[in-house]
Amino acid sequence: MISAEIADRDDLQLGDGSSVAIVGGGPAGSMTAIFLLEMASLQGIDLEVEIFEPRDFSCVAPKGCNMCGGIISETLVQNLASEGINLPSNVVQRGIESYMLHMDVGSVRIETPLHEKRIGSVYRGAGPRDLKNTRWDSFDLHLETLASTLGAQVTRSRVKSINFDSGVPTIEVKDETPRAFDLAVVAVGVNSAAAKLVDGLDLPYRQPETTKTFIREYYLGEDVIERTLGDSMHVFLLNLPRLEFAAIIPKGDYASVCLLGEAIDNELVDAFLASPQVRGCMPAGWTAEPRSCQCSPKISVRGAVQPFADRLVFVGDCGVTRLYKDGIGAAYRTAKACATTAIFEGISEGDFRSHYWPVCRSIERDNAVGKVTFAVTRQIQKRAFARRALLNITAKEQNGNGRAKDMSQVLWDMFTGSAPYSEIFLRTLHPRFLARFSWELAGSMSKLTKTETAQEA
Amino acid sequence: MAEGTLGKTYRDGEIIARQGEVGDCMFAIQEGRVDIVVEEDGVETVLRTADVGEFIGEMAIFDREVRSATLRAAGEARLLTIDKKNFLKRINKDPSLAFRLVQSMSSRVRDLSAEITRLKRLEASFEDGPNGQHVDHT
Repeated sequence: MISAEIADRDDLQLGDGSSVAIVGGGPAGSMTAIFLLEMASLQGIDLEVEIFEPRDFSCVAPKGCNMCGGIISETLVQNLASEGINLPSNVVQRGIESYMLHMDVGSVRIETPLHEKRIGSVYRGAGPRDLKNTRWDSFDLHLETLASTLGAQVTRSRVKSINFDSGVPTIEVKDETPRAFDLAVVAVGVNSAAAKLVDGLDLPYRQPETTKTFIREYYLGEDVIERTLGDSMHVFLLNLPRLEFAAIIPKGDYASVCLLGEAIDNELVDAFLASPQVRGCMPAGWTAEPRSCQCSPKISVRGAVQPFADRLVFVGDCGVTRLYKDGIGAAYRTAKACATTAIFEGISEGDFRSHYWPVCRSIERDNAVGKVTFAVTRQIQKRAFARRALLNITAKEQNGNGRAKDMSQVLWDMFTGSAPYSEIFLRTLHPRFLARFSWELAGSMSKLTKTETAQEA
Repeated sequence: MAEGTLGKTYRDGEIIARQGEVGDCMFAIQEGRVDIVVEEDGVETVLRTADVGEFIGEMAIFDREVRSATLRAAGEARLLTIDKKNFLKRINKDPSLAFRLVQSMSSRVRDLSAEITRLKRLEASFEDGPNGQHVDHT
């Protein structure tokens, strides 16, 4: 369709025969396609949706990978199931039913109250570079296939440019003339050069601020994973300079090591991998080399400025995402908000401002609380007596029958990304939580060893 | 069923939720099938067998009554529990999250209407007698 025909409609609404271009076929792009097509069908609208994704997710990394820790949170697993999107066992590498918190003062297991695996670890592509077992499929491919089954066309081409002609977005791929669409949805994340596609346009949109993370994969084999890491995600609060947070996630045959922090370099990675806490949960005789795969993807730490315009919207990481955790959950929320706005409200800047932006803003506001929560965690991480108090209170909750599991719940939600940061923060202000934690802190301080006292000073 | 899966696996015949209990969740069937069984005066009736992808026990989400039927695994089945409290909270933020559930309940009402029609016809045919003549029961 040519731009003038679309511009002539002049109603900025999607109707029969309207076309939507989705640039990027990761979870945000595919879920936008799924929700657009499902809601259009409910409304009796015949919609054409085309996903532009150059990557083939059935390939091993880096050709097929979208680089992330690959955790589908408890809330997202339930949300997807409620949407009719079930994750089959060939997509979920491992169901997670507990978290192991490791600190220098000891380790504690935090169990899910239902003893049910409601967190999934997945690979975004087919798997690491030296993949040996093709039993599992890519998460991104699963969603892309679902979108395709519902009627989305997947075009395996890299988008060269996004422009506007008579106020209508046009998409250009290599060796083809630009094509006009009623709506362009940009879902390119923050790690692709495609994020610069709109730089030349006169838009108020500004890309999200980012920081680098670190992910490394180790082949251990399914049996060894079962015996060592098990169905637990292993979370580390270690007093290593520049390290904010670290986790080892069990997958089918592999373990994913994920590090968050400032200027992560080989020295920090080596220090983490050499720590007795990491050695303690990896198999006996394990060495940090050889590794299977590694990457240093960027993650967003501050959302984009105005991720929408007339007939244009940014979803997922290139719009707004959650701080440090549950990026795929944020992709789901923004994709859903984008689709409901486009189908039920309209595709003008005003429509997106009134109905899409509030969802982005609520994620951003929650991230601000998240920053405070992580700052508090950092303080606990630096002080041995605080780490011991945290360990004691959690261990008592996990062992005590009927005792309210306030700290366990706070830690569970922090590590899994299952609850908004504001909800977690509010729970820490409960008088019972404060009283118990203060009591444990006082007890731990009184038992400080001479070495620890010197370190605290 | 493989370990690396989501939800909880129930053995053949294992009770997932019992009639008369207070429910605070619903279930999404991930693998296998589940019998919906009603027990009255010691007699068990299998109302229907739910399949993969279906929601079961969803009435607990919207009312405060006890469960009206027992959910029993028909063969090995894997189910994902969806918490009532969190689900309602999420529907409040995103009402379209309930679309799928409403569609499922609407399809069930349609099935029930068809079943009631069938039973009414059956009842009428009994009242009319074997040769289609009306039988006076008075």
